[in-house]
Amino acid sequence: MLDFLKPPVFAVQEFFLLAGRTFRNLFRRPHYPADIFLQMDTIGVGSLPIVSLIGFFTGAVMGMQMSKALQQYGAVGQTGQLVALTMVRELGPVLTAVVVAGRNAAGMASELGSMKVTEQIDAMRALGTDPIQKLVKPRLIATAVVLPLLTIIADFVGLFGGFIIAYFFLNLSPAQYWNNAWQSLEYLDVSFGLLKPFVFAFVVALTGCYYGLATTGGTQGVGRSTTQAVVSSIILIFVMNLFITRIYVSL
Amino acid sequence: MGSGTLLAERESAGRQGAERSGPVLRFDRVTVSFDELRALDEVSFEVHAGESRVILGAAGSGKTVLLKTALGLIKPESGRVWVFGEDITEMPEPELFAIRARIGVLFQEGGLFDSLTIEENVGYPLENQPSLRCPPEERSRRVREALRFVELEHTLEKYPSELSGGMRRRVGIARAVVTEPELVLYDSPTAGLDPITAYTIIALIIKERDLRNITTVVVTHRYQDAHFLTNFRWDTTTGSLRPAPPGQTRVRFLVLREGRLVFEGTRAELEASRDPYLMKFVRREE
Repeated sequence: MLDFLKPPVFAVQEFFLLAGRTFRNLFRRPHYPADIFLQMDTIGVGSLPIVSLIGFFTGAVMGMQMSKALQQYGAVGQTGQLVALTMVRELGPVLTAVVVAGRNAAGMASELGSMKVTEQIDAMRALGTDPIQKLVKPRLIATAVVLPLLTIIADFVGLFGGFIIAYFFLNLSPAQYWNNAWQSLEYLDVSFGLLKPFVFAFVVALTGCYYGLATTGGTQGVGRSTTQAVVSSIILIFVMNLFITRIYVSL
Repeated sequence: MGSGTLLAERESAGRQGAERSGPVLRFDRVTVSFDELRALDEVSFEVHAGESRVILGAAGSGKTVLLKTALGLIKPESGRVWVFGEDITEMPEPELFAIRARIGVLFQEGGLFDSLTIEENVGYPLENQPSLRCPPEERSRRVREALRFVELEHTLEKYPSELSGGMRRRVGIARAVVTEPELVLYDSPTAGLDPITAYTIIALIIKERDLRNITTVVVTHRYQDAHFLTNFRWDTTTGSLRPAPPGQTRVRFLVLREGRLVFEGTRAELEASRDPYLMKFVRREE
């Protein structure tokens, strides 16, 4: 029984140790700004098309589904409100984080994993660089900066998707849709809608880096780490989402 | 003055230096474990300045772990490790950088950064090692010099994936020696190479050892590498290896078996040993 529990407990301990060392190094020199910008480009600009597409179609589907439900109460005019609330509170942050996890946690785990199995991480340490500073910190900072921005874009594109449905299929006027959407959002919705991607960014970056740096066993190990990074980060995103939403509803 | 005399003088100076300053590398009952497996089991030895140390052992005997422990990349479970007279056993990572700046290392797989060019790879320690940072012009000059040493100056702009296995190993040597370290660790430098390339690599290791009279630790499973390191010296006049007079090279051997140090001594002592493992090892490889 204890042997069965040992690996997951050890993994959790190592994950928190990595997180602790990364936070401790956040404000320590050296900072490697070029690496931070490179990662922002890879994670942010690279994820923009898929995040926009998913945001748009999710908003459009929400528009259709919500209008169908609202029709029963003769309240189709409230479609903007429901699309805005679901996108900003839940779907925007969660879907964007899941997409970035699938794309970038996998990328981080495979890149760092390959470096680990080819002794590049050891070489880095032997040649005077702390891998936490050089590899983990730039990825964490870049993800924490771009994920909230991507979420804002996904929210807006989702609202636009809902608007296309409302305008062309529900015959709502632009003013009616956008006013309704805008007025339904409160300060708390927006602030929690942005707090979530910020927290998810830590989950995605640290999980991807953790599995990458923990890779053993050659190329097969790299594949295994990549899969574990994606699965774990997606599960953690949903778990964290539940906790944050619980805090939100209690306010 | 012949190069042999010069080398003998340097060697004598190195020996005197060693006596003054103590061992360059010292392991005292070092044990390293991974889960249930003991990779190193109470290993103790010393390496003195100017000495060449050949560490022999079959695959999985703990040779690579030993080198990584010497660099502070792996922390021992018990025992102590001293490098340049400093106890690095529990030394924090930032302090270890100052020690590592004085050590050159060639990893088994080369350990080259595949996203960097050869120039960036070789210049990496000069750019990132806190105590070795130098201006770009000087860095560039030293990188070219190191690449010229391994006869790969023309590969500056290439990436590691564009080079052959032997060339990557030579670039790894250039990166190990670009900082002019006092101690160089080579992890299986000839593993997986054809005999001609393996000879080129060993010749470079001997050249670096003899030109700068540095302390060299070579981990290998090929007894032939040990033979070259023991019986050959670099001749600066001909620019090639030549047989060394008996007793001129200071090479000592360590043999590891399943993490345990089973032999320490000279080549003659190793070959005279009646231990079945050592006999089998020496004979098979010879």
